[in-house]
Amino acid sequence: MIILVIYAFLAIGIIFQTSGVIALHQFPDVYTRLHGSTKCTTFGSIFIYLAVIVYGAWFAFSGQPEYAVLSIHTLIVMVLLLVTNPTGAHAIARAAYRSGVMPKGAVVDMLKEKYRVGKK
Amino acid sequence: MIGSGFEFMVVAVALVVLMLVCLARVLLGPTMPDRVVALDTINTLVMAFLVVLGVALNAIIYIDVAIVYALLAFVSTLFISKYLEAEA
Amino acid sequence: MAVLAVAFVFSFLFYLVLTAGSGKVLFWSIEEIGFGLVFAAFTAVLAKKFFCSTGTKLGFRSLNPKRWVFFLIYAIGPLFFEMAKANIEVAYRMITKKIKPGIVKISPGMKSDFGTMMVANGITLTPGTLSVDVDEKGNIYVHWIFVESKNPKLEDVCSSFPKWIRRIAE
Repeated sequence: MIILVIYAFLAIGIIFQTSGVIALHQFPDVYTRLHGSTKCTTFGSIFIYLAVIVYGAWFAFSGQPEYAVLSIHTLIVMVLLLVTNPTGAHAIARAAYRSGVMPKGAVVDMLKEKYRVGKK
Repeated sequence: MIGSGFEFMVVAVALVVLMLVCLARVLLGPTMPDRVVALDTINTLVMAFLVVLGVALNAIIYIDVAIVYALLAFVSTLFISKYLEAEA
Repeated sequence: MAVLAVAFVFSFLFYLVLTAGSGKVLFWSIEEIGFGLVFAAFTAVLAKKFFCSTGTKLGFRSLNPKRWVFFLIYAIGPLFFEMAKANIEVAYRMITKKIKPGIVKISPGMKSDFGTMMVANGITLTPGTLSVDVDEKGNIYVHWIFVESKNPKLEDVCSSFPKWIRRIAE
């Protein structure tokens, strides 16, 4: 029964990871690629980690308590991922804009006005 | 049935395939930020890969490696971004 | 001094979580506890400047357990739901290629730096939006994959997050 939950989590995770990687090749410019890769890989990784956490907890409760370590450490990895991944994406987007890569086909660009007033 | 770890190995192989697809974007990417985005995606995939491989090979030490890798990847992404910003 | 003590307690607790299951004293071995005390002292001295720093205008009020409970509810409830929606949306845009990108400006009006950071992170993980830049007043410039209006309301871009984060980080 629990093994089915683990399979489901793994399947959902790998599907979202795949869609995130395909998004890298489908979208036209850096910002839209960041949309795809950040959201989908974060969500997919969370499901893969959830599968591992359930696996460790299952073993720990069926008589092998050393597997609890697996769950705890995977939980730490998950929290780290949730904090660092959006921040890294923000850093890349900011660096891309400041190094002169403009969003392709943008209908409105309010950041341009800021830089015209501010730096140059 | 319990503890075979086979299904986790399948997922690990799938993640390696996805990493190779990302590598194509690193090589193709027309601008520098494109390559950085692909590298960041590869970092996330490597973290998931290490965790899954740790379960498949029954070696919990891999999870600790994943923790250290997550922190180092974050710092390196920040530094590459900083470098790109300063170069413009 | 109080900051030092709080930083020491938190680093020691984190060390204990990382090394749980190493020996017989409850869950830890004597050596691990000894090393943990030494390393926690080092880390506390190093992290004194950043930990509970008053520069974010939050200070010791961040230790209030009510904020932590709100944070847990926020992470499991609204944030997770919005992330699920965001993934479906990205898959839809990827297949149909119907995009109309643009960069718009919103002002969530957070008082602390930490609150602004949490709103920016939330925006990045929600449907169709990605934070690109932040200025000194806490305004966030958002890359929107399908622009619906050129002067968006706050709710269009980051659903109910500012309300939650005001309770957590202010």
